[in-house]
Amino acid sequence: MRRVLYLLPVLVFAGLALFFLKGLTLNPRELPSMLIDRPVPEMNLPPLPGRGADTGLASADLKGRVSLVNIYGSWCIACIQEHPYLQKIKELGVVPIHGIDWRDDPVEGAKWLKKHGDPYARVGSDPAPGRTAIDFGVTGAPETFVVDKNGIIRYKHIGPVDMRVWDKTLLPIIRELNK
Amino acid sequence: MIRLAVLLSVLWLAAPALAADPSEMLKDPALEKRAHTLGKELRCLVCQSESIEDSNADLAKDLRIIVREQIGKGASDEQVKKFVVDRYGDYVLLNPPFKGATLVLWLGPFGLLAVSLVAAWAFFRRRAKGQAPAGSAPLSDAEKRRLEALLKDGK
Repeated sequence: MRRVLYLLPVLVFAGLALFFLKGLTLNPRELPSMLIDRPVPEMNLPPLPGRGADTGLASADLKGRVSLVNIYGSWCIACIQEHPYLQKIKELGVVPIHGIDWRDDPVEGAKWLKKHGDPYARVGSDPAPGRTAIDFGVTGAPETFVVDKNGIIRYKHIGPVDMRVWDKTLLPIIRELNK
Repeated sequence: MIRLAVLLSVLWLAAPALAADPSEMLKDPALEKRAHTLGKELRCLVCQSESIEDSNADLAKDLRIIVREQIGKGASDEQVKKFVVDRYGDYVLLNPPFKGATLVLWLGPFGLLAVSLVAAWAFFRRRAKGQAPAGSAPLSDAEKRRLEALLKDGK
């Protein structure tokens, strides 16, 4: 009994060490989203100039089929890195990708799409203070939401999407939601 | 030297300057004070250890504007907090709420204090009872004599 008692501090230390070790491997930026399993926020965002009158993004547009909603901005460096992969995902034709041009001048947002390519079905402009992005609980760009047929948010990916994220995470979720 | 001291003291006064620029502030000083106090409790999601009142991040600025807008429209502090927590979770509160998931956080230190007080009490009680520490036997007669001799020598 006494022996066990002497071991106690060691055990407590080992427990704490494991706990903190796990903490070290977590990315503090990847906060769990409050929006999971909740309907997409009410929104009715105007289109970008030059993209056609009916290409803005409203909540109703996200009903009927599984879709991705991608938060980007012409000021966002990581979005440039992500962009070719969004193009590839568009070419696969599995889901429509919609964009929200966050904290951006819509003219700049449109120019950026001309320069880097336009993978989006619809793009809504959400200039500062980015009310819609805040309704989505966005903490930075890029972020990508998976929305199901009923307009319910099912997953949020923080940071750039690439083919690895697509194959390992997004595609399985989309397949599951399409069943 | 005196000039330097004056300069330093003036600079020190500049330290608590706010990240919020005057254009964001509410005109009513009482409401602005409420918004500022509330904003101090809301975490900036970009820099994470700063409040939205202290941070220069764009998202913090947006949240400052929205907090002030809602307070200007007559929302209570609780309503504004709920608005932000609904979107960003309890994490956004720099002062975490007292509830199931945070019980260990709030009560853990007191629990540890209680455990260590009990342990200390048990330790001192045993010592006061005159129990020898484990592993040591009382002195033999020969040892006692030797101890006395040594003590005498010291005088």
